[in-house]
Amino acid sequence: MDRFSWSNGLLEINETLVIQQRGIRLYDGDDKAKLDSGVALLSTHRLIWRDVKNHECCIAMPLSQIVFFEEQAAGIGKSAKIIIHLHATPANKETGPYQHSKYSFIKLSFKEHGQIEFHRRLTEEMTQKRWESTPASQPIPTATGSQTGRTRAVGIVGIERKIEEKRKETDKNISEAFEDLSKLMVKAKEMVELSRSIANKIKDKQGNITEDETIRFKSYLLSMGIADPVTRETHGSGTHYHMQLAKQLGDMLQVPLEERGGMMALTEVYCLVNRARGMELLSPEDLVNACKVFESLKLPLRLRVFDSGVMVVQLQSHSEEEMISSALDNVSCTIPNIMLTLTRFRRHAVLDTHLRKMSSHSRETSRFNALNSFRDVFGRLLLLQVSDKGSLTAEEFAKLLGLSVLLSKERLLLAEKMGHLCTDDSVEGLRFYPNLF
Amino acid sequence: MANTATSLSSCGAPAVHFNRSSENLAAAPPAKQKAKYKERGNVLAEDQIVQMSKQLETFKSNLEEFASKHKQEIRKNSQFRVQFQEMCSTIGVDPLASGKGFWSEMLGVGDFYYELGVQIIEVCLALKHRNGGLITLDELHHRVLKGRGKYAQDVSQDDLMRAIKKLKVMGNGFGMIPVGGSYLVQSVPAELNMDHTVVLQLAEKKGYVTVSEIKDSLKWEKERACHVLDHLLKEGLAWLDSQAAEEAQYWLPALFAELTSRDVTPEEANQMTP
Repeated sequence: MDRFSWSNGLLEINETLVIQQRGIRLYDGDDKAKLDSGVALLSTHRLIWRDVKNHECCIAMPLSQIVFFEEQAAGIGKSAKIIIHLHATPANKETGPYQHSKYSFIKLSFKEHGQIEFHRRLTEEMTQKRWESTPASQPIPTATGSQTGRTRAVGIVGIERKIEEKRKETDKNISEAFEDLSKLMVKAKEMVELSRSIANKIKDKQGNITEDETIRFKSYLLSMGIADPVTRETHGSGTHYHMQLAKQLGDMLQVPLEERGGMMALTEVYCLVNRARGMELLSPEDLVNACKVFESLKLPLRLRVFDSGVMVVQLQSHSEEEMISSALDNVSCTIPNIMLTLTRFRRHAVLDTHLRKMSSHSRETSRFNALNSFRDVFGRLLLLQVSDKGSLTAEEFAKLLGLSVLLSKERLLLAEKMGHLCTDDSVEGLRFYPNLF
Repeated sequence: MANTATSLSSCGAPAVHFNRSSENLAAAPPAKQKAKYKERGNVLAEDQIVQMSKQLETFKSNLEEFASKHKQEIRKNSQFRVQFQEMCSTIGVDPLASGKGFWSEMLGVGDFYYELGVQIIEVCLALKHRNGGLITLDELHHRVLKGRGKYAQDVSQDDLMRAIKKLKVMGNGFGMIPVGGSYLVQSVPAELNMDHTVVLQLAEKKGYVTVSEIKDSLKWEKERACHVLDHLLKEGLAWLDSQAAEEAQYWLPALFAELTSRDVTPEEANQMTP
């Protein structure tokens, strides 16, 4: 309360009254001041308070003294208040009702209400700071006076003010944003309900919804982010967007897949594709849904899910089933031809050795025709690699083939499942051995 | 005669008033009844799809208007993002389902979270050799922020958690384990059941745990404790310190504080192992 000075309460030239409110009690910090009933006047330059009983008792404080202010809600038996935090007293302040105060804040207690409007106006004035652009005719001591030793305070004052303004501005924006958002959500909810009704009808097979319409409906769901209640069983083709995406992926992933041994984890694909895009990124679900339509679009890629749940994209030419049919259908079952088929997929030096080993072994037995199942061949290949080293862990195998550890582990586990390998499971890790049983 | 067509045009939410039309159909023979129902059903659903298409257009322009005014709020304010996400899930909408969704395209929420997903995957991959695929949410947060640089948008832990939830759909074992008031983020498909989780939680305070501690706190038998610890060792989530003073200690690199560990690259790590 020692920031106030006695005043005659008259407005200066260039100073305008903004709002006034009766029934104001003043507090020095947390203590009730003797000035317990008066009118508070807010002008463009100052905060003025005049005692209602004694009009001669009038005090004023420049608005520049204010650092920031906040509302305090009314309680039981307590009026609503505005707490105003203040800068230190300037040296040239004129005398006022208090010589000294241990507090650097005051409170205005609104016994007859009006705090909302007062707060709003105070906010406006503190934001606009009209006192800076239109100085009143009488010099008013302000904290921004150019006095020696005060320059640092000015800088901080300015920054503090800016931060406070920004905070208030942000708060205002956010409340407006929330209002608008709520309205938007109401409309979105209507759409959700409508889509559920449609989905139920489609499910119950009421009426003749054409395939086109179903696809259109699915794309609406996609746009709104509503979960597709019509399961993929009907078409499995997803929306046009996903089909388009699948084709793009088909082009984009050929080379990277070949560089990585024909197989990539879906998370790796996700990173690769999104890094390349830069903008308008794919969601994880977009990627999965696009991969699901590879087969129906006859693209040379496949989505594959291992027992562990790991999902990979694989060059179709790498899936064992494809290998079987291509080895049997497209090529006569001679040793050199099958060797050629194998080398098309792998160009690893180690593999070459194994291939040569295998072929020499088969020439001895001349029973190469018995290799009908390419799974068998693939498994044996793996077997040869493993027995060559004696045993392999997933990490070692990965290094050998240039595959990621995750995927090499899956390959080895698959070979174990098919009975070509057996494992030694210890604290040191999982080690794969040729199955001699 | 009342018919169902009027009920459609009156309001947004369509109502199926079969009871009214049944007045007309009650007299008709059953086969014809069925056909009429079918016809009505046909009209209704088709009409609804057309109606939805119109509503979608309106909604799209409303969203555009919203975006032009408030797009910045979403980008800059993580609190606002939380509220936005919660509102969406309340009404049954997933704004992150697809990059092609309106929310993603117009508000830019999609790109924010999908890019975050990429960054999360990369951090987890980079540290997997050290922590076996388990990392605290705090450390993940810290490293993602570091990777984004000082001029990038701020990212909150809520943002990370939502991005991780989305990553789960790609099947690489992404998950979150509640531990000590926060979470451990798992990024490998290691099988972790309740027993493993509880031991992780026990280890959270000191970064390591011993068989005795497990027996005392959880009242398990030695066998059960050893079984769980062995599994964690095998998966590379725990390291064994057999030279500890009293008893072997099982340390969890995921729980190491930044200060007490030094980053080692995968190449260095390979050279170090015998």
